[in-house]
Amino acid sequence: MVTPPSPETRQSKVKLAVEGLTIRYGSESALRDVSLQIYEHEIFGVIGPANSGKTSFLKTINRMDVFNPNMHVEGTILFDGRDVRRWRNVYALRSRIGVVFPLPVGLPLSIYDNVALAPRLRGGQSSADLDVIVERCLTRAALWDEVKDRLDALGSLLSGGQQQRLTIARALSQDPDLLMLDEFSIAVDPVTTMRIEDVLKELRNEITIILVTNLVQQARRLADRTAFFLQGECVEIGATEDLFTGAVQDPRTRDYVEGKFG
Amino acid sequence: MFEATALNARNARIQTLFRLLFGLMTGLLILPVLIILTTLIHEGGSVISYDFLFTSPTDGMTAGGIFPALIGTIWLVAVALIISVPLGVAAAIYLSEYAPENWLTRAINLAIINLAGVPSIVHALFGVGAFVLFLNFGTSILAASLTLAVMTLPVVIVATRESLQAVPLAFREACWNMGATRWQTIRRVVLPNAVSGILTGVILEVSRTTGETAPIMFTGAVFFTPFLPQGVFDQTMAMSLHLFVVSTQVPGVPEQLPYGVALVLIGMVLTMNSLSIAFRMHLRGRKKW
Ligand SMILES: Nc1ncnc2c1ncn2[C@@H]1O[C@H](COP(=O)(O)OP(=O)(O)OP(=O)(O)O)[C@@H](O)[C@H]1O
Ligand SMILES: [Mg+2]
Repeated sequence: MVTPPSPETRQSKVKLAVEGLTIRYGSESALRDVSLQIYEHEIFGVIGPANSGKTSFLKTINRMDVFNPNMHVEGTILFDGRDVRRWRNVYALRSRIGVVFPLPVGLPLSIYDNVALAPRLRGGQSSADLDVIVERCLTRAALWDEVKDRLDALGSLLSGGQQQRLTIARALSQDPDLLMLDEFSIAVDPVTTMRIEDVLKELRNEITIILVTNLVQQARRLADRTAFFLQGECVEIGATEDLFTGAVQDPRTRDYVEGKFG
Repeated sequence: MFEATALNARNARIQTLFRLLFGLMTGLLILPVLIILTTLIHEGGSVISYDFLFTSPTDGMTAGGIFPALIGTIWLVAVALIISVPLGVAAAIYLSEYAPENWLTRAINLAIINLAGVPSIVHALFGVGAFVLFLNFGTSILAASLTLAVMTLPVVIVATRESLQAVPLAFREACWNMGATRWQTIRRVVLPNAVSGILTGVILEVSRTTGETAPIMFTGAVFFTPFLPQGVFDQTMAMSLHLFVVSTQVPGVPEQLPYGVALVLIGMVLTMNSLSIAFRMHLRGRKKW
């Protein structure tokens, strides 16, 4: 049922291979038997109404499920061909995956330290290197101009939208292979959102991006391929344009994209 | 347009009434403190002098100063802090950040709360059995401070755990998402934001430790010694025990003397408390989130 990937992505290697993924909270299932592949250097969109299991899906990829004893995961996720549940050092796995969850979190550290935290955890950077990383990440997250004169202010006291961009900058500071964005623009104004979207398009040359979004038009603007999740089921995966031009396998996809429910 | 209805007026009256009531209660709370302080200053103020603070008692404790007791209390409190703060903070970090949520953890938490309720005389007997006799430290500063430390550990643990848990989980998750280990998260984000709460626990411990008499009187504090302690295996005089002695145990003590001793004791506690509170306010100075 998977439509063939576009020629451009077909040649790329598989970054993330998900096979038979089922997620349950207690006895309630949040995601059922999802199989999909995400290629290197693509933006992979995930759309779907509330409750469809999108966030749960992301959490299993970077193994945040271990913090919730109630959360049970079956199936396999291969990251660069290695099962994420077999990574002996889960911290190394997480440090290669940048994540932005919908609720912005500015850590109660200075803005500078927020962005320098991940490089410092990894170690081996001189303070001049750190300066460069901080400026680059804040610029990419479209926050640099607003904060460059007060890098020692507390990140946790920025406005909601600024904290969200700070979170994005922090994710980028990890220099990740894979960037997972979960409704990143929820608190960001449209103009800034566009600037970040432009950055994401550039980043595609370097990294792989999973973009979970409630804004189907955002998926259309950015994603090479898109999956449609509905109540824990992966209804459709295809080249993004196909979803919008009506070349879909399942009528529910068309209904959702056209705004008939959700 | 916005005229008060009868209900509004009634609510406003009730509101005023309750504010008065609660204000009055607070006033009642402060009253005993004020009375104690004024009495002590009035009765004991005249006793305090440079010689009183810095010489030994003479004439069978009926004259002279309190220097050995003063130094002894500082020793006891300091050694107790050195033992209980690292231990208590480490235990609290474990319980709050690492321990799995299961029956054993709950049982330990319950035990800690109960430990806080054990009367100090029971701690004293435990100290005699465990530290003086079994570990063979004899009656010494070490044995007394260990007893004090055991007694005040729950306070430190509970205060530390609560201030750790006041740091939102979202901060930890953000760090874990970046690949930080639990310890890296604790050290860089959680602990720095919990310090002021931990200090509260330490303040409480200092006040309590300084004033305790029962736990030290069988384990390390003595009625009288003209010598200052040279190490943790020495016995020592202590302010709280000295106050007990001059008020009830020796005849012929001038009436003002015990008030003077009490005033110095209270002064020590208040000074340490205000130092810690000032430090805490400095740390808490700006709101962090
Ligand atoms: N921590 C949790 N404990 C129990 N159930 C949970 C937990 N997190 C999510 N769920 C359940 O899993 C299901 C999927 O939730 P999830 O957050 O993955 O949806 P989502 O697609 O991200 O929704 P939204 O678009 O609103 O963010 C929901 O039914 C939800 O109730
Ligand atoms: Mg979600």
